Amino acid sequence: MLDKSTVRNIAFLARIDVPDADLEPLAHQLSGILDWVEQLQEVNTDGVHPMSSVTEMTMTWRPDEVTDGGHRDKVTANAPAARDGFFAVPKVVE
Amino acid sequence: MSYIIKGETGDWEVVIGLEVHAQVTSQAKLFSGASATYGGEANDHVSFIDAGFPGMLPVINAYCVEQAVKTGLGLRAQINKRSVFARKNYFYADLPQGYQISQYELPVVGVGEVVLDMPDGSSAVVGIERLHLEQDAGKSMHDQHPSLSLIDLNRSGVALMEIVSMPDMRSPEQAGAYVRKLRSILRYLGTCDGNMDEGSMRCDVNVSVRRPGEGYRTRCEIKNVNSVRFVMQAIEVEAKRHVEVYEGGGKIMQETRLFDPNKGETRSMRSKEHAHDYRYFPDPDLLPLEFDDAFVARIKATLPELPDDKKARFMDVYGLSPYDASVLVVERERAEYFEAVAKGRDGKKAANWVITNLFGMLNKAGLDVTESPVAADQLGQLIDLIEDGTVSGRLAKEVFEIMWEERKDPAVIVEERGMKQVTDSGAIEAACDEVIAANPEKANDIRNGKEKLIAWFIGQVMKQTQGKANPGAVQEILKKKLLG
Repeated sequence: MLDKSTVRNIAFLARIDVPDADLEPLAHQLSGILDWVEQLQEVNTDGVHPMSSVTEMTMTWRPDEVTDGGHRDKVTANAPAARDGFFAVPKVVE
Repeated sequence: MSYIIKGETGDWEVVIGLEVHAQVTSQAKLFSGASATYGGEANDHVSFIDAGFPGMLPVINAYCVEQAVKTGLGLRAQINKRSVFARKNYFYADLPQGYQISQYELPVVGVGEVVLDMPDGSSAVVGIERLHLEQDAGKSMHDQHPSLSLIDLNRSGVALMEIVSMPDMRSPEQAGAYVRKLRSILRYLGTCDGNMDEGSMRCDVNVSVRRPGEGYRTRCEIKNVNSVRFVMQAIEVEAKRHVEVYEGGGKIMQETRLFDPNKGETRSMRSKEHAHDYRYFPDPDLLPLEFDDAFVARIKATLPELPDDKKARFMDVYGLSPYDASVLVVERERAEYFEAVAKGRDGKKAANWVITNLFGMLNKAGLDVTESPVAADQLGQLIDLIEDGTVSGRLAKEVFEIMWEERKDPAVIVEERGMKQVTDSGAIEAACDEVIAANPEKANDIRNGKEKLIAWFIGQVMKQTQGKANPGAVQEILKKKLLG
């Protein structure tokens, strides 16, 4: 069973603003999901390699050639704010 | 050569491990076709993949894989024919995907080693824990606007090799030597340009202290140190801080810190408090990275002679000291210059001229060896002129300086300026007679037993002949004349 502070931390890492009142019910729901997935542990997987694809595929490789870029206007077109070709975001203070 | 911090309660030893981020030399980025070239207009080297647009899929750059394997071979490391890309999740404005594609449990390169050449001629071995491929992040600028940070994603997605050392270093000097050696190996291999000013090589430095013989204590990680000098300084001040905290009865917290070279101190980066909760998991967009032995063998066949092998060969073939050999092999171009000079000549003399005179002048002028005003064969000719007695060793240094200025062959300079060594004993005798005649008292002193004064006479005769007389011949003639 997840506790409230774990849920609060998960929410922070995901940058989701969760009101305190919702922490308890969320802890229940998330624990339910974890328990449900947990059932997979009952399957014996001795000698079974982790599956990385449903078909027998190997990764596609690409030659080292510049085939993209040069469209900064399109890259920033949907940005909430842009300035002189840069993305503009609320100031990040270190 | 041990580095010990003398605390009030006794001796402390420093333990250092380094994570070096080396930008892979390639045309395009690790998972997109945008240019990996440094600079450019903001966001001009950006594809929709690098900008983290929905639905874009990464496709790996084959050359970046080759470069990583090549580097692994250069570090005499284990090559993993199957490795896995993972997502490292964190939230920052210059990381548009919300995660960095990196490698976690199964990196492409495993355990290897780097041999350090210390200034006293000794060697030390530093273990490499792993090397993995990952994406670089974008660049944030915080000082361009009062309320906004500006983001340039040109670097976003550029291939990096993160090279993680074992905690094997015990002094700032060793850490400096490690970074220099690693840079040298990467440059030989052509897998990273090693340019720390442009950020192609950045270091995270892990520092802790302990009593000699003790197990490891808590370490702190100093992020993004960008020069060899700063790496050494950061270690020095951070180790001192640990000692002061321990001796004051305090505890060191594991944390990320920043080095401020102006203030000469490190300070905590509180913003990274949650940073260690990266929630790595295999990237579902990418299949495992797999290749066969033939792929590795093909890359192995392209490896150049690396600094360690070159150093051993220079010691063996040219009879150089370990130190001279290690100085010459740091850069491939310098080593090639030396070999061009040494070919068919005395290796030690060649090394001496190259290291003391040429490198000295190059450093002073801030020039690369490839920009040297004196070509290798010209320096070789000068050494020949000394060997066959045409110029004295003393005048040769002057000839060298004129060669540097006028870019002429040494024989031409010697001829034009009449700098030929005088071996004609008649001329030398005449000069000796003149000096003796002009200094009768000193000559008498010698005759009366103050034989050491002969050196003064040699100096005078050399002056008289503008350095052109052979000092050995001068000494012989003076002795004959003054002492019989």
